[in-house]
Amino acid sequence: MGTITDTHTEAHADHHDHKAKGITRWLFTTNHKDIGTMYLVFSLIMFFIGGAMAMVIRAELFEPGLQIVDPHFFNEMTTMHGLIMVFGAVMPSMVGFANWMIPLMIGAPDMALPRMNNWSFWLLPVAFTIMMITPFMDGGGPAFGWTFYAPLSTTFAPKSTEYFIFAVHIMGISSIMGAINVIVTIMNMRAPGMTYMKMPLFVWTWFVTAYLLVAVMPVLASAVTMVLTDRNFGTSFFDAAGGGDPVMFQHIFWFFGHPEVYIMILPAFGVVSTIIPTFARKKLFGYSSMVYATGSIAFLSFLVWMHHMFTTGMPIAAELFFMYATMLIAVPTGVKIFNWVATIWQGSLTFETPMLFALSFVILFTIGGLSGVMMSIAPLDSQYHDTYFIVAHFHYVLFPGAIFGGFAATYYWIPKWTGKMYNETLGKIHFWLSMIFVNLTFFPMHFSGLAGMPRRIPDYSLQFADFNMWSSIGAFGLGLTQLLFVYMLISTVRHGKTAPQKPWEGAEGLEWTVPSPAPYHTFTTPPHVD
Amino acid sequence: MALGKYLKLALMTLLSIFVSQNAFAALNFNLRKGVTDVSHEVYHLHMTIFWVSVIIAVIVFGAIFYSVFAHRRSKHPVPAKFHHSTTVEIIWTTIPFLILIAFALPATRTLIQIEDNSKADVNVLVTGYRWYWQYKYMDGPAKGISFYSKLSTPKDQYEGVIGKDGKKTFAPRDKNYLLEVDHPLVIPTGKKVRFLVTSKDVIHSWFMPDFAIKQDAVPGFINEAWAKVPKPGIYRGQCAELCGKGHGFMPIVVDVKSPADFEQWASDQKQQIAKAKAAAEAAAAQSWSKEKLMALGKKVFAKTCSTCHGPQGKGMGPFPALDGSKIATGPVANHIHIVTHGGKKGMPAWKGVLSDADIAAVITFERNSWSNKTGDIVQPADIANTK
Amino acid sequence: MSTQGKNKKTLGRLLLFAVGMVGFSFALVPLYNVFCSVTGLNGKTGGKVNPVAGMKVQQRKIRLEFLTMEQGGLKDDFRSKHSSMEVHPGKIYLTHFHVKNKTDKDVVLQAIPSIAPGELAAYLHKTECFCFTQQKLKAGEEKWMPVRFFLDTDFPQDYKELTLQYTLFDVTSSVTKNTGTGN
Repeated sequence: MGTITDTHTEAHADHHDHKAKGITRWLFTTNHKDIGTMYLVFSLIMFFIGGAMAMVIRAELFEPGLQIVDPHFFNEMTTMHGLIMVFGAVMPSMVGFANWMIPLMIGAPDMALPRMNNWSFWLLPVAFTIMMITPFMDGGGPAFGWTFYAPLSTTFAPKSTEYFIFAVHIMGISSIMGAINVIVTIMNMRAPGMTYMKMPLFVWTWFVTAYLLVAVMPVLASAVTMVLTDRNFGTSFFDAAGGGDPVMFQHIFWFFGHPEVYIMILPAFGVVSTIIPTFARKKLFGYSSMVYATGSIAFLSFLVWMHHMFTTGMPIAAELFFMYATMLIAVPTGVKIFNWVATIWQGSLTFETPMLFALSFVILFTIGGLSGVMMSIAPLDSQYHDTYFIVAHFHYVLFPGAIFGGFAATYYWIPKWTGKMYNETLGKIHFWLSMIFVNLTFFPMHFSGLAGMPRRIPDYSLQFADFNMWSSIGAFGLGLTQLLFVYMLISTVRHGKTAPQKPWEGAEGLEWTVPSPAPYHTFTTPPHVD
Repeated sequence: MALGKYLKLALMTLLSIFVSQNAFAALNFNLRKGVTDVSHEVYHLHMTIFWVSVIIAVIVFGAIFYSVFAHRRSKHPVPAKFHHSTTVEIIWTTIPFLILIAFALPATRTLIQIEDNSKADVNVLVTGYRWYWQYKYMDGPAKGISFYSKLSTPKDQYEGVIGKDGKKTFAPRDKNYLLEVDHPLVIPTGKKVRFLVTSKDVIHSWFMPDFAIKQDAVPGFINEAWAKVPKPGIYRGQCAELCGKGHGFMPIVVDVKSPADFEQWASDQKQQIAKAKAAAEAAAAQSWSKEKLMALGKKVFAKTCSTCHGPQGKGMGPFPALDGSKIATGPVANHIHIVTHGGKKGMPAWKGVLSDADIAAVITFERNSWSNKTGDIVQPADIANTK
Repeated sequence: MSTQGKNKKTLGRLLLFAVGMVGFSFALVPLYNVFCSVTGLNGKTGGKVNPVAGMKVQQRKIRLEFLTMEQGGLKDDFRSKHSSMEVHPGKIYLTHFHVKNKTDKDVVLQAIPSIAPGELAAYLHKTECFCFTQQKLKAGEEKWMPVRFFLDTDFPQDYKELTLQYTLFDVTSSVTKNTGTGN
């Protein structure tokens, strides 16, 4: 049966490489490479849209006074910036990497459910079109923060809120379907010989992330539905008058919200765990503890949600429990960081652009993680909560964290996707400028936060002025620098040097056993892994 | 502002940092110590954890930089082969765990102190509104005194004024910009003051960094915090939970006075309140001319209503226009009702917050401005008689 | 089983998991309420409690402070008869709250209690409370509404005071045929 089926499938593969042309190819594709590309392009566009909103925010905050926008529009900008970056840029980019690389890494011909894969993607432009129309509606768009606490988002919110809710639902369905696809693919379609403990770490981190997604995206859907019914169908989930509780919203939201932030970072951990061993020419240190650490982080992420609520009037027993549980997450996270350092230790290091981004991830994510440990201490959180110290923390773990992970992944795998090498000088310039500007933007926020500057304010008192000016200058530089990234992408595709099958000497993994660019159909016969 | 101006400012700022030490002196890079025993403990805990974090960072980054230097390919062409060590993993799991336990102990102690709201000497009810605070004394020499505490920074400092050339300019600002109120909260030194925090509308948060206090103001629920301030002084905080467009404009000012001064203040306040009440009643009893109402109404509108309804009554974002609106041109009773009692979609209730005369004047103004020409006049007595 | 078959099976299981999580999040609502009324964690007091027979009145005194608050634009002269009471655990007390409908329309009001510190809410038991039901007031009507309560004899030893706040809400527009039951 073996050989005959093999040649039969090979013949079919050649036959099917006759792709559709034009827009129909992209609308109807079920190919994981095409879908991965669409996710990545979509997330890049959303990154710039969310980034433009950040530029508006930083322009207003450049100096004290309301120079450019009115406070309500400013709140719309902060809200939409958060929603677009979290749900439109970071998450879809990670799904893009998953789609492209998971089948290649496990030796599967495609994702398990290719048609559902297509729907998962195409739901996103629909969801975000609805989301981005809201500011133009009567009453303006959502202005209650990406965390949309009740009753600001229920009783006091504009008419566009129903559209915001609808967009969140659609986007949530996309995420859940995508996550299910990843799980089914990993569980059922690994090449023979690839046991779980032989899977690349990127696959492991996405496996765990996908379970988190299936577990908590429904909780977000419920929270948003309760807001919908409180607004339109006479329920009182979050209205004290009807026996409800605004703080319950925060419980339900953060039960989703905390695992959500690990959803955003775990795939980046996987990327870093792939890139560092390659450029250190040394196997990842402590593979099994990296797997267990990832699992522990995911498990613990369900037990810490109330650390976002220390100031809501919690009884001390709850504050203590959540403080201890949150501090505990630092342990497996620390293990991962030490393992990366141990990987480069005594290795033979070269510093191509992917490695630069991966190493800076380790350093800057650690800064974000340490400020996280500070915030976990409940009595200290009464000074940090809802100030720029928190803004500094999450931007450090998200920008030089998740996004730098995304840059690293792009530089690393673009030879496999396109068959072309990017310009190394350009890559390094993009890296160094991003590095300088990301720190100039977000490091001063630690100081304005410690000085007492609250979040989500369009104007501030004079003692915060210098920090804000530095942040704004950094932000403008950071934004402009990303145009270099787009230029790099376009020029690579257009006239990059032809890339070899394995451009990185130290790279390991099944993805490097196929040509560059990877053929439309790969592993139509599964490889055998020993 | 032109890009050139921005760049000049940026360059000047950067230069001033390198050229003048004074630039650093003016900047506060660290958390403040505050003025209470609790805030000092919080500060010390913060410093401890900060320094431990710095040490950890130095060790980790040091190892990375060393490796980047010493293990680069040109210097270290043959990579080592090791890729696991159970011993080492156990060590760097256990040590952080022990460090965290070391943090947890003082943190627990400090938290227990912060959460002990018992045996207060003075109790103050703090209520958050969109977008100001209300303080009410529940006991002590100031029992019964209640007032609103609103931002007193003039609008031309933060909203600016659009000149004849179409350019926006701002009035000069001082160090209390956006941190000053018309009626600060006054509390005595040396006494344990308990703050009972709640809200009238959405979630706000009462944040006083000098006291290390931050408690959310949740509508329908009551939260507690306390402070015992040893020395007199004026301390400033801000709202710390997004509550709408005025979130950045509802500061908190606490004026801490010696117990004797506090008692004196309390009795002065009671006298002032009585006088103001009498004056308001007198004003309400009078009949006001249309000119007088329109003049006062214009001022009240500019100060209070235009923030949401727009300077020309054309509305802003989710807040409706008044120019040509059904309320402002329809039956007077409905207009009076919604201004005095508030509305379902977030219009605050102004009776008791604004004086009857202010309310009557602003309603008259709204009904006879822009394209509204109802000719209606509302007297303070009409507001006083509104149930 | 073929890969396709396995895939369908896993897909089915995961979809069930996702749906289950939706159910779980909606279940969080009553779970939260039960958890809070048992522990009083968010300061919400429980429903009507019958007086316990043979309660021993304790010597120690606890200071119970009353706060009233009207939500939105309500101006119904909502106030407590006493600003505070010294209370012995185990003894049943009666106090009253005043409300007057100053408008010229009938209103329906709902009072919502909140206790600080929240963890003591589990120890305050009400045998009768105007907060259990919506209160209808005709135009101009005024009345004193009773609360009959006792502090549990298990009231923790290290607390000597607590605060009870009632927030009055106007629920006239959302009144249904049945009288709602608050807590």
